[in-house]
Amino acid sequence: MSNFSRRKLITTGLAAAAGVVGLGAAERIAQAYGLIPPDHGGIYGLGETLTYASQRLLTRHSLAREFSRSQISKPPLANEMPPLNDAYKHLQAGGFADWRLAVDGMVARPASFSLGQLKSYPSHTQITMLQCEEGWSYIAEWNGVPLSHVLDAVGTLPQARYVVYFSIDPDWWESIDMADALHPQTFLAYGMNGDELPVGNGGPLRLRLPRQLGYKSVKFITHMTVTDSLKGFGKGLGSAAPEAGYAWYAGI
Amino acid sequence: MPASTVAARHSGLVRVTHWVTALCFFALLVTGFEIVISHPRFYWGETGNVLTHPWFQLPIPASRSLVQTGYGYVMPDQNGWSRYLHFQAAWVLVLTGLLYAIYGLLTGHFRKSLLPAAADWSRKALSTAIVSHLRFTRPSEAEARSYNLLQRLAYLFVIFILFPLVIWTGLAMSPGFVSAFPASVNLLGGQQSARTLHFFVTLALVLFLLVHVGMVCFAGFRSRMRAMITGRVR
Repeated sequence: MSNFSRRKLITTGLAAAAGVVGLGAAERIAQAYGLIPPDHGGIYGLGETLTYASQRLLTRHSLAREFSRSQISKPPLANEMPPLNDAYKHLQAGGFADWRLAVDGMVARPASFSLGQLKSYPSHTQITMLQCEEGWSYIAEWNGVPLSHVLDAVGTLPQARYVVYFSIDPDWWESIDMADALHPQTFLAYGMNGDELPVGNGGPLRLRLPRQLGYKSVKFITHMTVTDSLKGFGKGLGSAAPEAGYAWYAGI
Repeated sequence: MPASTVAARHSGLVRVTHWVTALCFFALLVTGFEIVISHPRFYWGETGNVLTHPWFQLPIPASRSLVQTGYGYVMPDQNGWSRYLHFQAAWVLVLTGLLYAIYGLLTGHFRKSLLPAAADWSRKALSTAIVSHLRFTRPSEAEARSYNLLQRLAYLFVIFILFPLVIWTGLAMSPGFVSAFPASVNLLGGQQSARTLHFFVTLALVLFLLVHVGMVCFAGFRSRMRAMITGRVR
């Protein structure tokens, strides 16, 4: 073996070793700063972790684009939805007077809010885009209460790291990290384009999360649980999305 | 082995990044097609959906029933793993591309191998090269050791224009990325414009792929493949 190729071998070996050590350190740091997504396992885990970690770092305080009134889509799309269950139909028949949003988990004051109570909180209006993972999109004016306000009312405990939220449709539940939960553009919408939120668009209550794709903006929200770990929910992958083969983090 | 019979052609890094990129591009293409068929309609501007007028619709069946395609059935929906693999392959492609770009700039590989020679910076040189290609003139022995003018221009265009564009238009569809860099989508004319442009840049890359493979076969599949695998021209 000539000197030249031996040097190359040593250099390559050192570079590889540095790479492995670097990866190990990066993993430790990522773990400590909550940059590892719950669906990090499996053959797509590497890409998913890189996506979540990089976007989490980039978007801590970024704002989704807000549009002007003239850019609101007419009419807004209410995409197909499964037939709503008896529980929903019963509440609908009562004009949603008995609709409740239960908030529990790692909170000081678990509570159950009626729509009236949510509407009594300072309301928030935004004109943002809803992007579906299928590729289509529309812009609407949403009206509701910031999630941070509701979380403040129940008093989230300092060790809380995620908010899990459930639709009245038992197959649809999602979760977000606290950075997204407390983000000023994350809110519980009860109004759309100047009216009550239509049933087709998630009425009477849906989450709006404009910095992620539409499937995270769950419709017909009835229950939220604040937690420090997603392992105890469903299959522990973070939400119904990975269980159906989709990414938990939907920033892309 | 005497130096005159073994010529170094492609360095190890060029070869590895070439094949990794080829594999990633294949994965991105297949998964990209799978993603597109969930909504095979293209728009321009910010928004677009089944209630708005599309710029065009692909005459293929869709994998979701939301889009009226005229076919009486819906394709199997593979969007879940397709998206996971699409973004994972995108990461590998981008990181590999960065490595290749840094290498290319620092070692002078771009300057020596991809930048047209001084003598070729003329209209005559370009027209001569185009004519000889259109006549399907067999490449000379020297062309096995160095890229010709059209190759250089094509590779530069793909590396520095098409790939950056396909990455940019892809990122411009990410609500997360766009919230951090809204100019990325505003400069393209909106979210649906980004999506449509992403589709057209992909078509351009596929066209390049077809011509590239065709030219490799025409120039001598075995000799070119040997050079891009072993790094040597015999």
